[in-house]
Amino acid sequence: MAVKVLIPTPLRPHAGGKAAAEFPAKTVGEALSHLTVEFTDLKKHLFTDQGKLRSFVNVYLNGEDIRYLAQENTATKDGDTINIIPSIAGGRGTASDARRFT
Amino acid sequence: MAETHIVLISEDLAEKIRRHGAETYPYECCGALLGRDAISDGDVARPREVSGLFPIVNRREDSPHNRFSVAPLDVVNADKAAQAEGWDVIGWYHSHPDHPAKPSEYDREHAWPWYSYVIVSVQEGVPGKMTSWRLREDRSEYSEESIEIRSATTVKSKI
Repeated sequence: MAVKVLIPTPLRPHAGGKAAAEFPAKTVGEALSHLTVEFTDLKKHLFTDQGKLRSFVNVYLNGEDIRYLAQENTATKDGDTINIIPSIAGGRGTASDARRFT
Repeated sequence: MAETHIVLISEDLAEKIRRHGAETYPYECCGALLGRDAISDGDVARPREVSGLFPIVNRREDSPHNRFSVAPLDVVNADKAAQAEGWDVIGWYHSHPDHPAKPSEYDREHAWPWYSYVIVSVQEGVPGKMTSWRLREDRSEYSEESIEIRSATTVKSKI
């Protein structure tokens, strides 16, 4: 059962420059686990020290957010595509943030 | 000492980022920077270059004056727009209304390595200083990169 994992541009330098990789996996978590075993540097960008997916990492299975499915336990089947989408956010922050830079 | 990065952008596109910041004032604007990463391969060497923009609607309706957020679908659409031109999403821009063009702690916490993060300061509706930053690989802090603004207008814009 091969599942395709799409790797976002900022993480490709940690994945041998690859845009995608395929692994045999029965769940999303299993596929991501294979990914971080093959490319160990990816782990710190995708998971916290406690092994949880970082909140700023969006994982979609065939176009659907796994937060609305069974999260990392979401079942996968042959030919599925997992898309790792960076969460993009920021902003000028608060007055206390400003003081750090002045 | 860490290598200093350079990002090239045309005056035309830089002006479009400034204008976007003025249009959304007093709220933050945001968008994707499309282009090509630096190449350093034997005789061929060129810096990262912004060749197009993909303006995005700020999804932070609760606090748009000091926060911005890009929906995952917008990230995917920005990627598709870049790929259609043979480019990548090489970074993101946003404005800091009535605030310096320096990344906040909130910016750092939400940033990714590799991307260029362009910030334009908009003071009382008038766009001013523009800077660009990259998060260090260990996520500890930002490093400022040089923005080289070129007058050539041979690049394409999505605006």
